[in-house]
Amino acid sequence: MAAPMIAEWSWFVALAFGVSFIKCLLLNAYHSTDFEVHRNWLAVTHSLPVSQWYYESTSEWTLDYPPFFAWFEYGLSHVAKYFDKEMLVVQNLNYASPATVLFQRLSVIFTDLVFIYAVKECCKCCREDKGKDLLGKSSFILATLLLWNFGLLIVDHIHFQYNGFLFGVLLLSVARHFQKRHLEGALLFAVLLNLKHIYLYVAPAYGIFLLRCFCFTQNNADGSLQWRSFSPLRLVALGLIVLSTFAVSFGPFIVKGQLQQVISRLFPFKRGLCHAYWAPNIWALYNIADKALSILGVKLKLLDMSKFSKASMTGGLVQEFQHSVLPSVSPLITLICTLLSILPAVFSIWRRPNGARGFLRCMVICALGSFLFGWHVHEKAILMAILPLSLLAVESKEDARTFLILSTTGHFSLFPLLFTAQELPIKILLMLLFTIFSFSSLTKLFSKSGPLLNSVEVAYLLGLVPLELICEFVYPLTSWQHTLPFIPLLLTSVYCALGVLYSFIRLYLSVLTAPSTTGKAKSQ
Amino acid sequence: MENWSLVSVCVLLGLTTRWAVSFSSYSGAGKPPMFGDYEAQRHWQEVTYNLPVQEWYFNTTDNDLGYWGLDYPPLTAYHSLLCGHVAKLINPAWVELRTSRGFESAAHKLFMRTTVLFADILIYFPAVILYCIYLSDGSSKRKVATALCILLYPGLILIDYGHFQYNSVSLALTLWGIVGLGLGWNLLGALAFSLALNYKQMELYHSLPFFCFLLGKCIKQGLMGRGLLLLVKISLTVLVTFALCWWPFLSDPQLILQVLHRLFPVDRGLFEDKVANTWCSLNVLIKIKTLLSRDTQLLLSFALTLLSILPSSIKLLTKPTLWQFKLALVNSSLAFFLFSFQVHEKSILLPLLSVLSYSMLPLLLKDGLLLPYTVTSLAFLYLGVYLLSALDRSPEEELRLGSCALHLVFLQFTVSLVAMAGLSFTSVVLEPPARLPDLFPVLVSVFSFLHFLAMLLYFNLVQLTEPSSKKSQKKTN
Repeated sequence: MAAPMIAEWSWFVALAFGVSFIKCLLLNAYHSTDFEVHRNWLAVTHSLPVSQWYYESTSEWTLDYPPFFAWFEYGLSHVAKYFDKEMLVVQNLNYASPATVLFQRLSVIFTDLVFIYAVKECCKCCREDKGKDLLGKSSFILATLLLWNFGLLIVDHIHFQYNGFLFGVLLLSVARHFQKRHLEGALLFAVLLNLKHIYLYVAPAYGIFLLRCFCFTQNNADGSLQWRSFSPLRLVALGLIVLSTFAVSFGPFIVKGQLQQVISRLFPFKRGLCHAYWAPNIWALYNIADKALSILGVKLKLLDMSKFSKASMTGGLVQEFQHSVLPSVSPLITLICTLLSILPAVFSIWRRPNGARGFLRCMVICALGSFLFGWHVHEKAILMAILPLSLLAVESKEDARTFLILSTTGHFSLFPLLFTAQELPIKILLMLLFTIFSFSSLTKLFSKSGPLLNSVEVAYLLGLVPLELICEFVYPLTSWQHTLPFIPLLLTSVYCALGVLYSFIRLYLSVLTAPSTTGKAKSQ
Repeated sequence: MENWSLVSVCVLLGLTTRWAVSFSSYSGAGKPPMFGDYEAQRHWQEVTYNLPVQEWYFNTTDNDLGYWGLDYPPLTAYHSLLCGHVAKLINPAWVELRTSRGFESAAHKLFMRTTVLFADILIYFPAVILYCIYLSDGSSKRKVATALCILLYPGLILIDYGHFQYNSVSLALTLWGIVGLGLGWNLLGALAFSLALNYKQMELYHSLPFFCFLLGKCIKQGLMGRGLLLLVKISLTVLVTFALCWWPFLSDPQLILQVLHRLFPVDRGLFEDKVANTWCSLNVLIKIKTLLSRDTQLLLSFALTLLSILPSSIKLLTKPTLWQFKLALVNSSLAFFLFSFQVHEKSILLPLLSVLSYSMLPLLLKDGLLLPYTVTSLAFLYLGVYLLSALDRSPEEELRLGSCALHLVFLQFTVSLVAMAGLSFTSVVLEPPARLPDLFPVLVSVFSFLHFLAMLLYFNLVQLTEPSSKKSQKKTN
């Protein structure tokens, strides 16, 4: 029999090509206001001088990403002018000619090359047994879970964003840490922070890890910190890298005295506790509790309804509002809650680092903690936890279990982003595709040690099916659709929040109860 | 991964690709007064819903046959009727007599696309899965790969979900017929194929192989005993199916004649448009369309078609095995396509892969489907090459139809890729010279024609030279 003719990485190329073709077919799909956001930024960076970028407000979608992303858009705009010059005119609000759509979509597909490269680097870091057939190899499973990730596909290529590119930088930085090229990893993360500041969510993990494992070159025999192995040189190198990156990014604006304006654009705290579509986090549950209590209170004549503000919490606008019964939540409180939630994990890797894998775990916890407790969290941020968790999922059964729960509920919570009838089959089909693949491949991978999920978890996940049927098919046909249109969103958020919270707790337990790797010198 | 999950993944990929292609424009979008095939289907829903059966195929005040008159057999009409009923439930304006002509809206497009998807899921996908599980060779992985290749075949996706048609229904029914015959469920096979014939008369291309295969099986079982019984049962099944489908028309021979007249428009000439068959290509050198009278043309095409399928049919009759059957199907459809009367380019919709996709380029360009075409063709080509090279192959398996056809196509692709790319590129980008305005479509047609002719010769060779005993034959019954 002829030897298998699979070249070393040809399966990877096939996967990458396959998903790229699907992305190309989605060119004509629905796109959200984010499309106009990015078109506006192309126009602003192309037509106006740098000093105006963060002051320009002709469009309501002002520039609210850090300077590197603005330069990225500037670079793109130079290619854009060959497609349709009109999209680069700032006044052309909501301009969406076919050439514009083509260009923007292709730019996302093209910049995904960064993501594809990063995935390849991550696959190289996989520990796997030799001699397994292709579909059972953990690198294959990981590549598919990342390249064909449902969340990325629908957020980037339908809804429209550049997350593939950004997550590519993040995953590449993680891969570099796995490969013990810490300075590169640090540089990449610094660049990433200046591309999209939401990655501050995971900055604590980076900071503590680099300090603990890079600046302190050795551990004691029992794995604890050896204070004398502190290397000032490394600290200085790190500091230089980070500071110089920020200097290049913010320098021009500091020089012009615009720093305050830039910061106010990047951190618009006026936006309200919850985004228009509630992210499935703690505050969603909090809001529900508040609403339930207030209704109960009114019914029991304990509270006076006239004292309540009329603002509907999910009216689709981003406003600040006050809670009726429970204490109001301010940005400061969310910050404190977030920090409290991630502190134990961060402390844990300080005491007992588990190398790059421990760092990755801490990173996922930081991302999830910030997601659960943060201010004005967008549900897309769940990807920041799901994607890195994929790397852990192919190596440990417990993590696989958590991954399945988190990814299924997290992806489901993204459904409200695509609300058009035309996209309904696509999102269901792609969700089924990803879910079936992830379940069956991970189950097969860890088949030796029994079933992956217990019956409660399976029941919870299966509950998503009737939830979807109710929210998308049954509810719109009832009369409540007009009076209480936000109920489906509410149900989705609350149901998924439970799953996300559960995954968070499970991850925490795995960190706190993990045995430390004793005797291994973490010298670089 | 478990097999069922692999199959599910393939099915989901097939469905996703189909629906994503459906986002694109359809035939005749925004092009009054005639629009395109999409409007034709909608019009048939209108006609079948509002008018009595007897008037469907006739030119009446309410039914103008000049505006997309029905020209498919009754089963298509019944399908349209069903869709018409559903349409009426959702929005009556879609099927209002006369006033709904040229109706276009996003919701309507969604509805029409959904009907295609529904038919696919119900009939086509199960047929493909069954075919791959039971009637294709190789390891389970290879079967799944075959299923994926068939499900992702761009030609069918583009025509059904882009241009807009229901080819998957008739193809699916034929496939059910093949599955039935292959598994020894002869009556089911006969029933399914009869239904296919009653859905689209194009399936006549496959009729001779079905006939010869079944007859061959009967002969093998002995015409004086069980064979005769089988023959009687099959004939009854076919007759009853036809009777049921044509029931409303059986009362009056005039009705039947009119329907036949609509199905086989011999007045329309040897060919229309640019199609990759003999007559169109021959016409480039000798203007036979004008040279010969219509009756001579009819006779000529009939004779040549018959001649070209005779060897294959006789061989199948004498040796009714599944492998022969498959080859005969290929040969018969190729022969009909190349030589018969009034062939449309869509008639080549058979699993003969990428050359087909290419020859439909002019048609797809007209519909603004260039992007999905490029993407799906490239994907298909790449996937096919990758899958086939990745799986183990024994020399014997190389002759199997699936890998054989693909092998041939890839061979020819490596040779003619440059030519094809060049022609595609020029037909999109350049303007043809004024004296020969149809230069590029004609070149595409002629090029494809030569490929089809070569394929016809090759497959006939393969079928006719098969040795009488092959150890890996499926059992004949």
